[in-house]
Amino acid sequence: MTAAKHTDLQISNTGRLKHAFATALAIDVARISDDLAYNSIAEWDSTAHMLLIAELENCFNLMLDTDDIIDMSSVQMAKTILSKHGVVFDVVFDHATTNQTGPA
Amino acid sequence: MEPAVAPHQSAPISLVTGASRGIGAAVALRLAALGHHLLLTARNKLILTTIAERCLKLGAASATVLPCDLTDQAAVLHMFNQIKQQHQRLDNLVNAAGMMQDSVLGMTKLADLQALFSLNVSASYQCCQLATRLMSRQKSGNIVNLASKVGESGAIGQSAYAASKAAISGLTKALAKELGPNGIRVNAVAPGFIETDLTAHYSDDQKQQLCQQISLGRTGQADEVAALVQFLCSSDASYLNGQIIAVDGGFSL
Repeated sequence: MTAAKHTDLQISNTGRLKHAFATALAIDVARISDDLAYNSIAEWDSTAHMLLIAELENCFNLMLDTDDIIDMSSVQMAKTILSKHGVVFDVVFDHATTNQTGPA
Repeated sequence: MEPAVAPHQSAPISLVTGASRGIGAAVALRLAALGHHLLLTARNKLILTTIAERCLKLGAASATVLPCDLTDQAAVLHMFNQIKQQHQRLDNLVNAAGMMQDSVLGMTKLADLQALFSLNVSASYQCCQLATRLMSRQKSGNIVNLASKVGESGAIGQSAYAASKAAISGLTKALAKELGPNGIRVNAVAPGFIETDLTAHYSDDQKQQLCQQISLGRTGQADEVAALVQFLCSSDASYLNGQIIAVDGGFSL
């Protein structure tokens, strides 16, 4: 896969993640940042959390285990957990780029 | 296993556990006649395949056999992953898998109690967990659990079984409250004495004694329970939620 394709995937997955959060929590996508945390806003309560899980599972075509669901306490944690399931976000991409193009 | 016929996506998708025999098999056949896509699970693949063939003859949109030991958590997760990949949604879950334990308190091994809870409670719980993940996004779905008259009233020599079924009643009511806002209804049927493999060990004398306590004066058939499950899975039951409905010929009166 070329770097350009990696970039497309990176942007796409970040966008898809934000869209999933916005849909499940019924909030504007502009409010989605890495710092946004579970129970820090009224819209992200336990009921919405399960809707979020369903949305993320559908969006990224995977099934999370119960520990993942419990641990998903912020947008940043969501990225970390989804990365564990093979979804590529910015940080993972940066590492991959470094590995591919770093000094020999 | 691939569905035996091409899916008709408009038909409801229904997962029935314990579908190889008794009430589970009867439910599968009932839903098949309504044209559902059926996902049938139990441990015995051979018997499930036979039930699936009967379902297709009755008009099921498809009948997929998913052999699984429901006490194996990883296997259950894998099964739901298969369902997600194949259908992306689920409309009905019928938790019919279960086992019985006939022994008085002092003669019940804790290992047997744990095995009973593992299937009757934990497996149903996990199926509810995973099914609601497939139902939540569409904001609709039905879960029907198999409770029991014994779980509601108790019975001598069935403390373990009664405890497990009482747990199912509590689970049903709690989930009805929790999942209602997501459009998911959760109800349970509470059969009385139904003629299935679970009750096959009862002698004629024991059955006669029980029948004296049943106002209709007879035991029930699996299909009579399945008829209620079919109703609960239909839009005719759209305002029914959190109910434990007896199907016992008047046994509980």
